[in-house]
Amino acid sequence: MNRIEKAFARAREENRAAFVAYLCAGDPDFAGSVAACRAVLESGVDVLELGVPFSDPLADGLTNQLAAQRALESGSDSQRVLDLVTAIREFSEVPIIFYTYYNLVFAQGSERYAARAKAAGVDGILTLDLPPEEAAEHLAACAKHDVKTVFIVAPTTPESRLERICEATTGFVYYVSREGVTGEQASMSESIQANVAQIKQHTDLPVVVGFGISNADHVRTVAQAADGVVVGSAIVNCIAENATDRAAISASLRAKMGMLLEGDALSKQ
Amino acid sequence: MMHTAMSELEVDPLSLPDARGHFGAYGGMYVPETLMTPLFELTEAYESARKDPEFQRALDFQLREFAGRPTNLYFADRLTQHCGGAKIYLKREDLLHTGAHKINNALGQALLAKRMGKTRIIAETGAGQHGIATAAMCAKLGFECVIYMGEEDMRRQALNVYRMRLCGAEVRGVSAGQKTLKEAVNEAMRDWVTNVRTTHYIIGSALGSHPFPMMVRDFHRVIGEECRRQIMEKEGRLPDEVAACVGGGSNAIGIFFAFLQDLNVRLTGVEAGGREIKRGHHAARFEGGQLGVLQGAKTWILQDPEGQIDLTHSVSAGLDYAAVGPEHAYYKEKGRIDFGYATDAEALQAFQDLCAIEGIVPALESSHGIAYTMRRAREMSSDQIIIGNLSGRGDKDVQEAARVLGAS
Repeated sequence: MNRIEKAFARAREENRAAFVAYLCAGDPDFAGSVAACRAVLESGVDVLELGVPFSDPLADGLTNQLAAQRALESGSDSQRVLDLVTAIREFSEVPIIFYTYYNLVFAQGSERYAARAKAAGVDGILTLDLPPEEAAEHLAACAKHDVKTVFIVAPTTPESRLERICEATTGFVYYVSREGVTGEQASMSESIQANVAQIKQHTDLPVVVGFGISNADHVRTVAQAADGVVVGSAIVNCIAENATDRAAISASLRAKMGMLLEGDALSKQ
Repeated sequence: MMHTAMSELEVDPLSLPDARGHFGAYGGMYVPETLMTPLFELTEAYESARKDPEFQRALDFQLREFAGRPTNLYFADRLTQHCGGAKIYLKREDLLHTGAHKINNALGQALLAKRMGKTRIIAETGAGQHGIATAAMCAKLGFECVIYMGEEDMRRQALNVYRMRLCGAEVRGVSAGQKTLKEAVNEAMRDWVTNVRTTHYIIGSALGSHPFPMMVRDFHRVIGEECRRQIMEKEGRLPDEVAACVGGGSNAIGIFFAFLQDLNVRLTGVEAGGREIKRGHHAARFEGGQLGVLQGAKTWILQDPEGQIDLTHSVSAGLDYAAVGPEHAYYKEKGRIDFGYATDAEALQAFQDLCAIEGIVPALESSHGIAYTMRRAREMSSDQIIIGNLSGRGDKDVQEAARVLGAS
């Protein structure tokens, strides 16, 4: 079993959903980012999504845009992002997924990108602006270097597209729980359960749900329906609010993780 | 020059793009999943509208009655004398309602949005010409309208910001990055991803994901069709060259398209050379750009070796953009469209020359095309003809030009 399969299998054994955390690599700077990853990993994260900072993150809300900006301003580049993965691998076997934009992949070439990612210890790649229709080269490179692919299903995705998306996916499917860009929201969509069930008719891979999950009630709702719960902006904000104080970042992240998981929120009832 | 044997363009321009928006290796649909299905629906709606005589009639009527088509093909006799070479004609898109060619596309897409039952329109704008065209259409057709504009562009095109607001549009300033067109597109895309069920995004240039480059091109093809007919009427022959400025490239593809198969007509796109061709100081994608993917399309992009998008600079907000429309990248590769550039200084000189010699105030964007047209006319002989696309008027730029030129 690869790291991704292991993480979801363990969660299933424990009769709970997996917790998928999103952090932007290099936010607020390299050392701060290592510490932030450590803080969330020690607080019960099953899968780590690492945002690769891009100058023009058009699928991201303000929280993630600012995180990418902080990372780029602190000198993050493709090598530093890989260095971060290497640093995490020194203390964790958590599955790591790159959450990236296609131009960053294309600039290096899919082959080189996948090979370098794999060598550093990356398990999967989610390319936000690369739909399966344009992904043939990327899919071949990922298959060749044994990097799993993650694709998104959106509320606007009709059932007729699910086959194609699930075919391209080798890691897990990421269902976006509302239209729009990343960010916190007050209430969860009621249709999650039905949509996840529909996706599962087309794949045996895990289905995780994300975009806008910001408290334990949200986590609990999604955990009932999905194999994994993705939390991004809510924890990235812990860095934004404490960007100049590294110790405060870790404490804030640990507290936020505790709050999100309160009352055994991930457990299947 | 018209007696040489015509060889054929190896591709029928009307056969491009393919069903998913590819112009050869360029274009495509590089967008988040949320937008894929809405873009397919938009493509379908556009294909159906395009074939519907009723829609075409409404479009033709509004282009004539509201926008003021056809525009003149004007023989610039004094400018011709001044340059002392080829006869210079100017396609007067600056005379259109709202002041630029942009109304052709805004009108077409707004009618399409109405047909699709959308209630809200968003757009990005650089120079404000697309913004004001969109705001005017929204006022006329009763749409809610939000225009995204970089804060730097709001400063240098303040007049257009006020005009948009007068037409009832909400102008949202974008403070990210370098606060210009690229950031406005990012923000408009974010809005669209969030509100796609009710909202149509009228993209302002031949950019972005399929079907936008195709649709925007089609709505501007009227420029070249008129122009070709007009030059035949006036001169009894085709021109030797047609030149147009290229930001995303909508006015350029609009005027070029009708001439693509006339291989004896040289077509030249003019990019913004900025201060000089040095990273971060210009917006000439074919001078130092690389193939990449930005904001929905694969095309030539100013970027660093890692794929991070470069800062750009141009005195004209409308050309200050890191990517070029994918169809231009295709015809560049095929050798059918040539590209050159004009610097800020050359554009400002052309801006002043056209005012002083012809009494026409061109937009700073168009001034890049005029600068090239004048330069080129000097190299050509007096029995040759060059047409410059005067894509917009410069009222919006007078204040900024005065500031840059140090006039009082």
